[in-house]
Amino acid sequence: MKRYLWPLGLFLVLAGFLFAGLYLNPREVPSPLIGKTVPAFSLPQLAAPDKTFSPADMKGKVWLVNVWASWCVSCRQEHPLLVELAKTGLVPMIGLHYKDERDAGLKWLAEGGDPYLLSAHDRDGRVAIDFGVYGTPETFIVDKAGVIRYKHTGPLTPQLLRDDILPRVKQLEAS
Amino acid sequence: MRGLIVVLAALMLPFSALHAEEAKPLADDPVVEARVQKLGEELRCLVCQNQNIADSHADLAMDLKKQLREQIAAGRSDGEIKDFMVERYGDFVLYRPPLKASTVLLWAGPFALLLLVVVLLLRRLRSRAERAAVANTLSADEHERARALLAGEENKV
Repeated sequence: MKRYLWPLGLFLVLAGFLFAGLYLNPREVPSPLIGKTVPAFSLPQLAAPDKTFSPADMKGKVWLVNVWASWCVSCRQEHPLLVELAKTGLVPMIGLHYKDERDAGLKWLAEGGDPYLLSAHDRDGRVAIDFGVYGTPETFIVDKAGVIRYKHTGPLTPQLLRDDILPRVKQLEAS
Repeated sequence: MRGLIVVLAALMLPFSALHAEEAKPLADDPVVEARVQKLGEELRCLVCQNQNIADSHADLAMDLKKQLREQIAAGRSDGEIKDFMVERYGDFVLYRPPLKASTVLLWAGPFALLLLVVVLLLRRLRSRAERAAVANTLSADEHERARALLAGEENKV
């Protein structure tokens, strides 16, 4: 009898692992950038191409970086939430306008609202590579010293914002 | 009828031509391109996770290949280029993950499993041999009966 239970037990263990695997997200790759200084760059601003933005401009503040593009479908999904967040004024957000035309980006912001303090225009995606971006939208929290503290890949949800991002921002601002 | 076949054949012809991907622009130097290819096969495309960036035509893979070309042109070694990728995308970007505390199971797991199976198999074979040895010993009566059977004297037993 025992010898017949063995394969059944093995099967159940395997099935357990596979079942748990169904709920894991393979896209959630742990970022090696957490705990590191935000990549240094200088990019033209989307709305004012003659002016540049560099992370040093935000020193002393806790801020968010949000990578977006007008061709990015999930960005459209999270956009209203970002606009709402901007209205609360809880945390400044810099957009990284990723591999997109300037006109398309400006049109998108005019239509959906502009939640960003400003957007940096990363036309060829080079800065995004330094951020380890692989799936837009992506959101980072940067602390006062310019260290990346958190990264989320994929659209933000109200729940994530409430339970994860805003508490972290509050905590970092207090420190 | 013949006309129809010709038309059908003509319809089929251009398909293969239409679907063939145009060759992507390569670096001018074939040596550089060979290195890009070799490095690209070691790096995972994070957009299409089960492809390497040498095979992938995803936008990000194209950009990363451009990075490879530039860094090779700048005289960086393969190790330095891989470190560059790992700094940004983590160990996950490598198809051959490094041996670390968190990856020991990945590297040693299959061998541990193999060892376990070999041990179980040896134990089973040994116990089977022992049982067979016991089963093969006949008592004096059984020997006598076997001899009788072989001699064709079954009826007398």
